[in-house]
Amino acid sequence: MIELREIFTQVEEIFHEFGPPAAQPLKRGAVCAVLTNPFAGRYEPNIMPMMEALNPLGIEMSRRLLAAMRVDPRQIEGYGKGAIVGSAGELEHGALWHVPGGYAMREVLGSAKAIVSSTKKVGAPGTKLDVPITHINASYVRSHFDAMEVYVPGAPAADELVYVLVMTTGPRVHERVGGLRAAEIKGTDGLR
Amino acid sequence: MKAKIRKLIVQVDETRIEMGKPIEPPTRRAVAIAVIENPFAGRFEQDLAELTEIGEELGGLLGEKCVQALGIQPGRAESYGKAAIVGEAGELEHAAAILHPKLGAPLRKAVEKGAALVPSAKKMGSLGTAIDVPLGHKDAAFVRSHFDAIEARVSDAPRRNEIVVAVAVTDSGRPLARVGGLQKNEIKGEDGLR
Repeated sequence: MIELREIFTQVEEIFHEFGPPAAQPLKRGAVCAVLTNPFAGRYEPNIMPMMEALNPLGIEMSRRLLAAMRVDPRQIEGYGKGAIVGSAGELEHGALWHVPGGYAMREVLGSAKAIVSSTKKVGAPGTKLDVPITHINASYVRSHFDAMEVYVPGAPAADELVYVLVMTTGPRVHERVGGLRAAEIKGTDGLR
Repeated sequence: MKAKIRKLIVQVDETRIEMGKPIEPPTRRAVAIAVIENPFAGRFEQDLAELTEIGEELGGLLGEKCVQALGIQPGRAESYGKAAIVGEAGELEHAAAILHPKLGAPLRKAVEKGAALVPSAKKMGSLGTAIDVPLGHKDAAFVRSHFDAIEARVSDAPRRNEIVVAVAVTDSGRPLARVGGLQKNEIKGEDGLR
């Protein structure tokens, strides 16, 4: 059921955004898997079997992303996920990624508590997706709200799916709009 | 009003058929977009309070525009989201100043309640840049049928010294939601999660 055509990784290192350079540059990384959509071109009522089948892929993607970013799992502070469905598929095929994408990052990062924020859309090859990012242990940490624009050149073809995971090593590079600080979180309910 | 608004755009998409299946009632998603002047374009400003106040104004204005466009009672709104695109003479943090400190409270008023976090996205961009506004259930973030996103785009914005601010509200989840998880009729709506 899982037929992988391409894995695409992208890593950004942000030193400054025209303000004071950060002591530690921010790293933002994305990994995208391009898969054949087994449900393309028809309405398939029962799509649930694919959800569990995606778990090993999610783990593999998470590991690859950490390797591409050259960081230890303990250095990851923000995450997000997303899906782009090729034109012969339906939006709901993107929703299959919610559980395995979140499971995989939690598994690889250890004890991440916060809900993994997400976006999804149907699009043509090269379509861009803005993947939202939040703190891994407390959704309300204001300094870590961000988003990363992700796309895979040439994908998804009509009968393909692109599943995406995003991780970051810290807050926005010039964060200064207050709110809950990462240092203040309790990290028990995933919110604060 | 503090915000210098050049343009307001309100868009509603209504899905009647998905993958050949009729959707009854149709799912409906609204997005309201303001194109505003960036008061801090071209310089590094430490104190971003002015943008925070603009965010507060826009949370109410854009939230109400969405509810109005959907033609629903505020309490019938089911999911929401927010996003901003900063023109190239600004910085990403300007989007954060608009979106995070104060935009949420008036938006929650516009949709009634809203126990859940308002999911968000932000980026730098230029004319015609599109942003995917994430959507989540307004009272319980874990409702799986309501995870979605809607694309917001203004063909002639943001110019260098502008910011595009978008708020999205729906009266429904995805058209053919069938991947399980927490259902909307099972939520307690107290902690914002379940």
